[in-house]
This record gives sequence, structure tokens and C-alpha cells, in this order.
Amino acid sequence: MTAPHPDDLRETARRIAGAVPDPEIPVLTIADLGVLRDVRVGPSGIEIDITPTYCGCPAMSMIATEIEIALEKAGLGRPKVATVLSPAWTTDWMTDAGRDKLRAYGIAPPPKGAGRRALFGVDEVACPHCGSTDTTAIAEFGSTACKALWRCNACREPFDYFKCH
Amino acid sequence: MTSIRVTETPLVTYVLRRADDALVLGHRLSEWCGKAPMMEEEMALANMGLDLIGQARALYTYAGEAEAAGHDEDALAYRRDERAYRNLLLVEQPNGDFAVTMVRQLLYAAYADPYWRAMMSSRDATLAAIAAKAEKETAYHLRHSAEWVVRLGDGTPESHERTARALMTLWPYTGELFETDAVDDAMIEAGIAVDPASLRDTWRATVADVLGRATLTMPADGYMQKGGRSGRHSEHLGHLLTELQYMQRTIPGATW
Repeated sequence: MTAPHPDDLRETARRIAGAVPDPEIPVLTIADLGVLRDVRVGPSGIEIDITPTYCGCPAMSMIATEIEIALEKAGLGRPKVATVLSPAWTTDWMTDAGRDKLRAYGIAPPPKGAGRRALFGVDEVACPHCGSTDTTAIAEFGSTACKALWRCNACREPFDYFKCH
Repeated sequence: MTSIRVTETPLVTYVLRRADDALVLGHRLSEWCGKAPMMEEEMALANMGLDLIGQARALYTYAGEAEAAGHDEDALAYRRDERAYRNLLLVEQPNGDFAVTMVRQLLYAAYADPYWRAMMSSRDATLAAIAAKAEKETAYHLRHSAEWVVRLGDGTPESHERTARALMTLWPYTGELFETDAVDDAMIEAGIAVDPASLRDTWRATVADVLGRATLTMPADGYMQKGGRSGRHSEHLGHLLTELQYMQRTIPGATW
């Protein structure tokens, strides 16, 4: 049996690691979120870099474990998973597919163009249920570090808003 | 379990000071868990605490690497005695009522926000990376605490009175935010640290703006209580650490 070409191995590992779901928002994969930063084939196996969304995100160690399990299951051996902080994660890395999935799941996706103005000046969040922009913030901090709690004044449904970060 | 002794180079001390600020304030916020005034605040306080503890973890890990004596984040958090802690006195002050907690958060965040933003251009790549994350989180903490201080100060006579009292109680601890010693001088000289004096105008402008909207008067700078950076703490830190360190001191190396 010939060993797979390193590029093929890397792509396979990237596909498998990238498909790991976020433990708190399982509709998104870590590739959708932009949490998966790099996949390399190193001398002693596959090396994977992930980056936290927020410093205290409790999902990071679980994500690392899930990646290890997924790669081992696929017969690629145990990868070395490292957490990198730089460059700092931003919601701008979330894929368009990820944004659509979030909306379908009932979470308003973050607008593009993260920055301080967006952080302090979110004035229009569309309801993921009915699409109305007649919405009100209920609480700046929601069920996870990355979300805020909003309510739609048109359909009266409360919803999570994935904060622009 | 026995305490560890940290060999403090200027870099180790400098990083430990920031790590201790974040851990102690994060722990204070976590003390609200289960008894916040409303569900939304329950989540907000826990979220802010989590951000700070996350920042502390990254900073402790880096301090341990800089010391290169095999101390990881847990050893530095759980196995240093009170006198080895280097945090600001401000962040160890008890939660008091909700006004005290929010005023304390405002006074710290109004400093930490421009601090981390400036530290994004530190010559130290690790600190710059941590700063880029902490800056975004701190901006939320600043906005949240500022909104509450305005609401409380410009609220009922009772909430106004309590917020004014919280401000008077905590003000003597704000001088320490801008204090420097030989450690800071060395780090500033090396391009690693930002000179806190350069943040003072921004801090004062932010605090004055919020207090103005809150119909509160900015206290005059009188006697300022210092000592946290060199390990001389108020009586409150020891009690906080007793709870924070209890498990690792009782069952060394306990894991989930």
C-alpha cells in the first residue's frame, strides 16, 4: 500500500476536522464558524490549529476532543490540536453558508464588517423567523458568550442574535 | 498543598499583574451566580466573568512560559498565597450591592478598554494577541456597566444614593490604575507595555461622560490606597482566595 500524498491527507484531515459541529450551536461546523484555522501534515502526524471565539469560550476543549475523535475514527491517527490566539477571531470569518444555517436555525447571524462601530452601533437586526427589522434588544448577553437576546415586535417571537465581534 | 514560589522577572511580574486582575475580578463576578437581581443580569455577570477568567487563563499560561519553571495556569492561580497576588485593590473589593458591582466594573473597564487596545501594538507578540481578543470583550463590559451606572444614578432617589456611595467607596482605589514602578518602566522601555499615564485622559473622559449622564458627581482625587501590585492587599483578597483555591489546596491536582 502506498502512503497517501501529503496534500491529499491534509485535505482529508481538513474536511473531517472542519465537519466537527460546534457543541453549543450544533447546526454550525467549526469550518462554518472560522474556528478551524490551519491543518498541516507534520513529521509526527497531523497538526491542527483552532482559535477561540471568546477568551473564556468553554467549548474549546470539547472541540479539541471532538477533532481528535473524528480523525482517529477516520484512521488518521491522533492529531496534535493547538489553540492559537492571533489573529483574533472575528465574525467576519463566518461563511455565508454558516450565516444561512444560523438563520434557518432561528439565530440572527452577525452583520459583516466587524469593528468597534458595529459593536456599539447595531441598530438593525432582522428577525430570523419573519424577516422583520422591527426588533428590540432584550439583553446584551445571551445564553452563550457570542449571543445577545432580542425580540421581534412584528411576530412577537424572542430570538438569539449572534453578536458582531 | 504547599504554595509555589514564582521567580519574578519584570516580564513575569508584568503579566501576572494582568492575569491576577482578570482572575480576581472574574471570580468576584462569578459570586453573583444564582443571586443576580434578574435573569438577564445573571447571564450578563456570568458572561463577563467568563471573559475575564478566559483572559486570565491565557495570561497565566504565558506568565508560566516566561518564567520557564514548569508552572502552568492552574499552579499560578491556585498555589500562590495572597501576598504573591499582584492584582489591583479595586478588583478585589467585595461585590456589595448591585451598584458597587457595576461602578467597580465601570472604573475597571474604562481603563482596561483603552489599555488592551493600546496593547494590541505591543512588541510582545503573545500579549498583543491576547490584547486583540480582550479588547473586544472589554468593550462590551464597558458598555454594559456604563448603561447600568446611568440607569442607577439617574434612577430613583434610592438607586442614586447607593450609586453615589459606591463611587465614593471605590474612588480611592482608582489611583493604582495609573501607578508605575520599576517593572512597568522596564516593560515600557522595551516597548512591551503601554505607559498607563497615556491612558489617564481617556479614562477620565469616559468616566466623566458616564457619571454626567448618571447625574453623579465625579469625586475629587484625594488619598489613594495602593499596594496591590506589590502584594499588599486589603483584607478581602485572602477570603476570596480561600474559596477560589479551596479545592486544589485540599485535593491537589484534582481534575474533572
